[in-house]
Amino acid sequence: MRRSREPFLWALFSGGGMASALLLPAIAFLLWIAVPLGWVEGGSYETLFALVRHPLVRLVLFALISLFLFHWAHRLRYTLYDGLQLYHLNQLIAVVTYGIASFMTVVAAYILWVFA
Amino acid sequence: MPETITLEVQRYRPEDEAEPVFERFDVPFRADWMVLDALNYIKDNLDGTLSYRWACRMGVCGSCGMMVNGQPLLTCATYLERLLPGPIRVEPLKGFPVIRDLVGDITDFLEKLSRVKPWIVREEEKPLAEGEYLQTPEQLADYEQYSMCINCMLCYAACPIYELEPDFIGPAAIAIAQRYNLDSRDEGVQERLDVLSQHDGIWACTFVGECSVVCPKNVDPAGAIQRYKVAATADWFKSVLTPWANR
Amino acid sequence: MGEPLNPRYRLYHPKWHRTRIPIFWWLRSFAYIKFISRELTSLFVAYAGLLLLIEVSVLARGEAAYGRFLAWLQSPAVLALNAFVLLALLFHTFTWLNLAPRALVLRVGKRRVPDALVLVAHYSAWIAASALLAWLILRR
Repeated sequence: MRRSREPFLWALFSGGGMASALLLPAIAFLLWIAVPLGWVEGGSYETLFALVRHPLVRLVLFALISLFLFHWAHRLRYTLYDGLQLYHLNQLIAVVTYGIASFMTVVAAYILWVFA
Repeated sequence: MPETITLEVQRYRPEDEAEPVFERFDVPFRADWMVLDALNYIKDNLDGTLSYRWACRMGVCGSCGMMVNGQPLLTCATYLERLLPGPIRVEPLKGFPVIRDLVGDITDFLEKLSRVKPWIVREEEKPLAEGEYLQTPEQLADYEQYSMCINCMLCYAACPIYELEPDFIGPAAIAIAQRYNLDSRDEGVQERLDVLSQHDGIWACTFVGECSVVCPKNVDPAGAIQRYKVAATADWFKSVLTPWANR
Repeated sequence: MGEPLNPRYRLYHPKWHRTRIPIFWWLRSFAYIKFISRELTSLFVAYAGLLLLIEVSVLARGEAAYGRFLAWLQSPAVLALNAFVLLALLFHTFTWLNLAPRALVLRVGKRRVPDALVLVAHYSAWIAASALLAWLILRR
């Protein structure tokens, strides 16, 4: 009974929630709006490549991307469950959402591992 | 100031109606009247068959909670003046099956409340001769906020999850569990955790937060539930990482 | 007492009325709409995670590939999408940080850290993290 998996999933959800709250607005603004529009200097290919080549950065990126995905999986699972009243599909929703997050975590590990 | 104000009161008389209907009553408007005073006026002067619960009319007993214009409120603490010009729509608390008019069946809440053991649990009572259990002001401050709950169930009416998943143990029961968990004299944390660490316990909650918005006593059940999640998660990691320390 | 008007009613037998919950219950009030929007920001958190992953794999494929990726980011439709994503992410950040003191109880010695201080600490962490990211990304 005490081995409910909810605490573990909730820890991933809140870890991802906190990490995305603190980091993603700056990342989204800089990498996908300011740099493409040339609003800022820097953010050149060399800078970003050197940054991602550092093993520690890739390790952090791996943890972050995985947490973001599990944050999404957990929130979406509850949104579908309560928001659309799909109680009979509980198992299926959990398998699909956490399954996608787990699969993409493996993909992220591969992409970050083979980098450079 | 108007002379009268109109109330649209939900009536449900199962012997006569398959579905609830709204009945309009014009009552005198008085600046010092609460919604409950208007209901009492109806019962005394216009229709003695109107059924609703109330007792203390001073925000302590927690009996007179109803949906007023769609919001869960204590009718004894809601001025008619706040709701001008009307009409004021009065319905029974959302989420509970309606027995008659404005009276809901609260058996479910009472059963859930008892499930969290809302009393001080001791592994062993100390003998009377040893005196009372002492507590410092800091220890009192840890749980005092949660002890303000008057069981009015407005938080249940505000909670969409309770309405959707009737098995959810609900905001007040969890806040009251925390009231005892955080009490330095209590030793029932683990027993309550066994009840609340289930899906129908804390995990069904998605922090909509409306329970705390409507609470007339600022108990903040939503905060209590999130804090419980943090504690339950810490407990889970501890039991996984140090299995030898388990009970 | 006369004959019951409701033919399905059995005398002295309670008959509860339960209301049905509409499928779009979360449109019933502003608070619920705000709640469901907050929950749906998770879609954009996942989108940002995947775009970050794509950006990494593009960087690995060389400068030319990164140039094409930048051109794609500059197209109006993608810019509009990402601007919307940024707004959603900001909404996530504000709702998340504002609720943090409600879930976290920090103690220093015997005393509980006031909620306002926990809130300030979270916003300071956000500013510091954003500054660090700006320095890492905009370095030359």
